[in-house]
Amino acid sequence: MQKYSLFSLLNGALHSHENWKPAWRSPDPKPDYDIAVIGAGGHGLATAYYLAKDHNLTNVVVLEKGWLGGGNTGRNTTIIRSNYLRDDSIAIYELARSLYENLSTDLNFNTMFSPRGLLMLCQTEHDVRAMRRHAYAGRNKGLDVKMLTPAEVKQLVPLLNCSAQARYPVLGALYQPRGGTARHDAIAWGYARGASQRGVDIIQNCAVTGIRREGDKIAGVETERGYIRANKVAIVTAGHAGQVAEMAGLRLPLESLALQACVTEPLKPCLDVVVMANTVHGYISQSDKGELVIGGGSDAYNNYSQRGSFSSIEHTITALVEMFPILARTRMLRQWGGVIDMTGDRSPIISKTDINGLYLNCGWGTGGFKAIPGSGKVFADTIANDRPHPFAEPFGLQRFITGRLIDESIAAAVAH
Amino acid sequence: MLIICCPVCGVAGDEEEFHYGGEGHIRRPASHDASISDEAQRDYLYIRENPRGLLRERWLHQRGCGKWFHAVRDTVTQEILLVYPITDPPADLEKLEAERAKREAT
Repeated sequence: MQKYSLFSLLNGALHSHENWKPAWRSPDPKPDYDIAVIGAGGHGLATAYYLAKDHNLTNVVVLEKGWLGGGNTGRNTTIIRSNYLRDDSIAIYELARSLYENLSTDLNFNTMFSPRGLLMLCQTEHDVRAMRRHAYAGRNKGLDVKMLTPAEVKQLVPLLNCSAQARYPVLGALYQPRGGTARHDAIAWGYARGASQRGVDIIQNCAVTGIRREGDKIAGVETERGYIRANKVAIVTAGHAGQVAEMAGLRLPLESLALQACVTEPLKPCLDVVVMANTVHGYISQSDKGELVIGGGSDAYNNYSQRGSFSSIEHTITALVEMFPILARTRMLRQWGGVIDMTGDRSPIISKTDINGLYLNCGWGTGGFKAIPGSGKVFADTIANDRPHPFAEPFGLQRFITGRLIDESIAAAVAH
Repeated sequence: MLIICCPVCGVAGDEEEFHYGGEGHIRRPASHDASISDEAQRDYLYIRENPRGLLRERWLHQRGCGKWFHAVRDTVTQEILLVYPITDPPADLEKLEAERAKREAT
């Protein structure tokens, strides 16, 4: 497989860019694998990559119903942060964020990670208290997070309406200087290339139609391209995790909702941090192309249509126009939706199951993108050793029975 | 955007007028009964049907008559097939599915 470098780029230029090879192989599925990962989104591909890289397990197949990274990985607003409230969340999200720092080098693929700084605005007294609590919780675990005054916020985001007359005035912000964004497609492509390079087979356009069990042990998966035997099967299918798990007879504590995002026409550089406003349900950042990438809260009701409700996106835009009056006449280019899987406590599920050899990684809800590297790493470790990685253990299915929930509903509010 | 017709007051409005109440017909296990297992409590609190297709759900006509009611909605097409009073037994999904298939065939 080609190594990407300045030299390979120059060499490509000399040959009119006609000698580039596909970044990953597209083999036919073999009848037999050690591990089958269902879902070639960021989490599934990262899992396959770390299985190969960290655990030397390369007899692995990743099965994808559509195209690689075409689900929520390609539909989110690419925000990366780790300023959560609970210790267990901080551990896994910060692991992910720190892996993003060197991911381009690790994958030899430009992920365009941009730790430009991230603000979570406080627009009510309650927000100030909640965010201050987050700042303390984060600093206690060694996170680089702090509270900013309204004047400091105004300095970082001159476009923001910080007037005291605003409907929701800016009273401060929780600031994570090393939070930011990355290119979502590049994360999927980079992990796919890295996994494929190490021998993992990635099969696109091949939906899983059934999961076979032998007693309490997993036997393999039925797919559109025939039966594939596997000793271990990992379900990493986000919004459709419930449907896939049902094939194995499992019922999950998940509800699938639509979450929407949109981008504006490209503008001159005007916003060099990520701004999240949880109270009014809107968040915004500027892409390298100049488009403003905008996200909001999830829709209210269960929905599998990848479109979402008009009133949700209208709320988001209303909020952002209130915060950034200068953007009122900016035109929208595109709007889309994804299907997210929400748990009751807004924390993910990374778990073994009652069925031997069946593993779950789902429930990331509105905030899975930021967690991809960390999730892949601990999930690969969980699968390879058939026991929960210490970071994954609190996120097991067991917590819904014991009641030891990891409540991030305040942290999440809406925006991730 | 959903247009919902409240079966209590008979007024139709868009979803902004209503509040979603999640899956309908969930029965709370008797909390004073010590024999209720942790698993049953989990099922009550967290496990949901979450179908890709017809779902029996609850809605509140929040900015209308203020009453709760049930609806059967398709979570893919967003079609609302039935609205019925909160006290009615669960709607028969197979029957609704069959009726819809028949409607679409003609």
